[in-house]
Amino acid sequence: MSSYEARFRVWRGDIEGGGLKDFEVEVNDGEVVLDIVHRLQATQAPDLAVRWNCKAGKCGSCSAEINGRPRLLCMTRMSVFDREETITVTPLRAFPVIRDLVTDVGFNYRKAWEIPAFVPPEGVGPGEYRMFQEDVDRSQEFRKCIECFLCQDTCHVVRDHEENKTAFAGPRFLMRVAELDMHPLDAAEESGLDRGRTAQDEHGLGYCNITKCCTEVCPEGIKITDNALIPLKERAVDRKYDPLVWLGSKIRRRSS
Amino acid sequence: MSVVDRQEWDVVVVGAGGAGLRAAIEARERGARTAVICKSLFGKAHTVMAEGGIAAAMANANEHDNWQVHFRDTLRGGKFLNQWRMAELHAQEAPDRVWELETWGALFDRTEDGRISQRNFGGHEYPRLAHVGDRTGLELIRTLQQKIVSLQQEDHRETGDHESRLKVFQECTVTRVLKDGSRVSGVFAYERETGRFFVLRAPAVVIATGGIGKSFKVTSNSWEYTGDGHALALLAGAPLLNMEFVQFHPTGMVWPPSVKGILVTESVRGDGGVLRNSDGKRFMFDYVPDVFKEKYAESEEEGDRWYEDPDHNRRPPELLPRDEVARAINSEVKAGRGSPHGGVFLDVSTRMPAEVIKRRLPSMYHQFKELADVDITAEAMEVGPTCHYVMGGIAVDSETAAARGVPGLFAAGEVAGGMHGSNRLGGNSLSDLLVFGRRAGLYAARYTADLAAGRPPVDDDQVDAAAAEALRPFSAESPEDPAGHAPENPYTLHQELQQTMNDLVGIIRREGEMEHALEKLAELRVRAQRAGVEGHRQFNPGWHLALDLRNMLLVSECVARAALERTESRGGHTREDHPTMERAWRNVNLLCAPADPTGVLAATDPARGRISLTRETTEPIRADLLALFEKEELVKYLAEEELYE
Amino acid sequence: MATGTEPSPTDHRPPSGVRGAGRAAIAAPHLRTDRWWLAPAATAAGLLAFIVYSTWRAFANADYYAAPYVSPFFSPCLAENCQSMRSGPNWELFGGWWGLSPAILILIFPLGFRLTCYYYRKAYYRGFWASPPACAVAEPHRKYTGETRFPLILQNIHRYFFYAAILVAGILTYDTVLAFRDEHYAWGHMGLGTLVFLVNIALIWAYTISCHSCRHIVGGQLKHFSRHPVRYRAWRFVGKLNAHHMLLAWVSLVSVSLADFYVYLVASGVFDDPRFF
Repeated sequence: MSSYEARFRVWRGDIEGGGLKDFEVEVNDGEVVLDIVHRLQATQAPDLAVRWNCKAGKCGSCSAEINGRPRLLCMTRMSVFDREETITVTPLRAFPVIRDLVTDVGFNYRKAWEIPAFVPPEGVGPGEYRMFQEDVDRSQEFRKCIECFLCQDTCHVVRDHEENKTAFAGPRFLMRVAELDMHPLDAAEESGLDRGRTAQDEHGLGYCNITKCCTEVCPEGIKITDNALIPLKERAVDRKYDPLVWLGSKIRRRSS
Repeated sequence: MSVVDRQEWDVVVVGAGGAGLRAAIEARERGARTAVICKSLFGKAHTVMAEGGIAAAMANANEHDNWQVHFRDTLRGGKFLNQWRMAELHAQEAPDRVWELETWGALFDRTEDGRISQRNFGGHEYPRLAHVGDRTGLELIRTLQQKIVSLQQEDHRETGDHESRLKVFQECTVTRVLKDGSRVSGVFAYERETGRFFVLRAPAVVIATGGIGKSFKVTSNSWEYTGDGHALALLAGAPLLNMEFVQFHPTGMVWPPSVKGILVTESVRGDGGVLRNSDGKRFMFDYVPDVFKEKYAESEEEGDRWYEDPDHNRRPPELLPRDEVARAINSEVKAGRGSPHGGVFLDVSTRMPAEVIKRRLPSMYHQFKELADVDITAEAMEVGPTCHYVMGGIAVDSETAAARGVPGLFAAGEVAGGMHGSNRLGGNSLSDLLVFGRRAGLYAARYTADLAAGRPPVDDDQVDAAAAEALRPFSAESPEDPAGHAPENPYTLHQELQQTMNDLVGIIRREGEMEHALEKLAELRVRAQRAGVEGHRQFNPGWHLALDLRNMLLVSECVARAALERTESRGGHTREDHPTMERAWRNVNLLCAPADPTGVLAATDPARGRISLTRETTEPIRADLLALFEKEELVKYLAEEELYE
Repeated sequence: MATGTEPSPTDHRPPSGVRGAGRAAIAAPHLRTDRWWLAPAATAAGLLAFIVYSTWRAFANADYYAAPYVSPFFSPCLAENCQSMRSGPNWELFGGWWGLSPAILILIFPLGFRLTCYYYRKAYYRGFWASPPACAVAEPHRKYTGETRFPLILQNIHRYFFYAAILVAGILTYDTVLAFRDEHYAWGHMGLGTLVFLVNIALIWAYTISCHSCRHIVGGQLKHFSRHPVRYRAWRFVGKLNAHHMLLAWVSLVSVSLADFYVYLVASGVFDDPRFF
């Protein structure tokens, strides 16, 4: 077991201002960045604010940026860094800071409110739901999401353009629209809600320029862009830009 | 003083895990304006860590399954100490609770014919666990979260405000339940973000705060598990039940330090993994207790054959019940035959080809690869017991989830006691959350609606006292301390507490060690009075920990005292000096209550204990439920007079 | 190229984005320590090289036919001014008035397909337009509207280019069949060029079929796979290819250029096509 002193730069401050503060801190074999942050709390900076929970990559609380990249503190092993390297830890930079490494992620909870919920099918009681595995596979992938909001943080649409936050739901919540649109028993259509169309009209799907940063940061390995956002764009095209599909659905509706 | 912000609600739910959210949904649907308070962000509760599934006798995988069988399994698992009416309600209602989740959008894994798939699990006679891969807890919490969002959307359509009838107070901690006489009148809480205090006035409070694992050094639990709800109830005058029963899972990771305690799933052993000590010996063969001698293999060859041919061979002793395996590992390590990091070796690499391991145990492969740099297809894992779950908890009424002795206080989930007896079966925790979460919400809403004589007022003195108590860590450095002691670092105190509980009230217990633990706890209690923090109230983790210490110390004392009292070994309580299960203890509950019933901790001499213990005889099991068992089986558990009553 | 985001040459408004009010006060636009610029730079260089090469070839309007091989850039040849290719893809739809290179008439379709392709969009938004240059690296634009308005809203017509790309791939397949002749148009022969064409057409098809729009059309648009087992299998197959869409985009871009370059070399007489039989 070998330990060494690592150099850390941790952002400290609040909404009023702040800056990167240097620390020298012990690192032991097998530790992750969150361990080091905890050691700083226990030894040098007892009031260093950080959000964390399960410490096993399952809850998505400890999102921050390490050397400029959005990551989970608990899933970033110290062994991926050079011992000589100075490791910079900052809060998520797309959201308002509260204190130190803690940011106000309220944006995401407001967006969650904007996505219409699952619409249960009429006339199907509890216990009567029948769905096949191949029909739920797609939505199940999206439901692996631990809501760490790293995709929301890295997405340049809102990261670099605060003003887009009103119009754009972000990858996590567009993926939620896709999840519901692909849910085999979601009865939104019957209730008059067209999820494919509203994805573009109300949740800002058009802002996405599919540069795949959301997929790159996803700690769950969800293929957000390929499996959720692009299919959703294609579904929007069905509704809005494809006369063939549009005509086909008209005819089918008439005949059925 | 008391210029704290105040709000009026009908029902306040403390905790936003499975039980808390289910309670909130029910209360809101019954018309109560409901507030949920949680320490973390909404949707991050510890429930996400649950992997296996939700036990419910839906009979999708085996048509013979029904609630009676589930009830029987639960009672056997709990060694007949369960509050039987809870176990009955749980078994009866679990299927409805699971099906209901589907109508809220949950997507479970499916059977061939499109129903919810169910998997086998330890102690369950039939495949019974509804699951989503190995992330069932996440599915559960997300579904409940999204149901809450959908209710808020409804409210928004009607009132223009998402939070008019159901509001989640994220990252807030409740430090006191306020009372008017014997009745609940609200809660005192602070926002972690700002440090601001606030009071929610409400006649009904549902406690759903989960467990106590953070009092132990090695645990699979998250930082939130500081026994807050247990302590809140205790301080409000509600007794805790059977706190000595703490489940240790035999296989948690022991290295690296960062992940010590994280669970290694039981299916590793189920699929052929074996346990070895530092001599390379499969030591479990030396630990088969007499009662299981007939059911387990005597040689490695026979055990190995079982995987292929279970009908003609006996299973390997690695698959003994959790408590047996945990104790065996513990003994090996104590005898100096442990692995370099203080565990034993769990090896699949020599048992299966690499691609089979990756296919069958994908999450374990990743967990070790990413967190420990261990390739489990090439080398052995190091594992050791880890504190996992507390069976004990707030004593509640089986039907209504109402806490005993405090009108308006309810409890559900891990924080409530009784349901699981002395040992919980895998899969029964998620169903417990749903069944009793719903009941707690339902009866809390009803209690509020039925209040004819008006709502209990909030007593300003209590609010002032609670505020002073919460602020005390900031004044620890003031020269008022007569002895001139330096302030204590809350992190140090926490570490010492964890070490004490781990070493002295851990998996194997001895009278002398527990007495020593109580002394140590008394000392820590005194020092905790001086726990001081730097900085200010805005998101200050040192301060939060200093406040949580009160709860951990209280709960730890309950565990230690109850464990010292119960002179037998049963389920999650193992006494080296009393190694057998005693029928005379079968119908005895141990209740912890505060020694000072006013709940004012400062008034009690810190050196003396703050907990008083009482024994109580349980209600006899209803005859028709007893009739579900064979006589020969009952004889093993029940005292003669119970049998013939 | 426009992306609906306008650069701000001299702007005196307060900074927004990561340096905006409310965010953690960090002056640097990013704190990445790795060589994040490498990928967009390489992408830009690769795409630029192709643009230069294809522009030169299209406008050179020469050396695109060396019996039996026709350059994929010039197939099908839709103007009268094409070199005549015996039983080759000469369809004089545009008659004699078209005076420019006939390549331009046909290149619009594969170019449009690639320009609106979900992978290439990412590549050039990042590589050329720095929107964003790399993940978590601040982009230099003041405003951003993405693909919400003209002209970028036209990216939504990708599937029509996909339909066209199917036709083009069909014609290139026909060209590949024709490549099984010798220079005297006798069937049953094969040369190095045939091999080049075979590899190229395989990659072109793989790229075309792996398209996200294709994945959607064959099955992705369905809600219930269980009711459409054949389309479900097709969707899964396309999905597997789709996972390599980026790779296929690059190798097919290179292969089509190489196929053209091969024809150029043979047609301009640099060397003779080695015949196998």
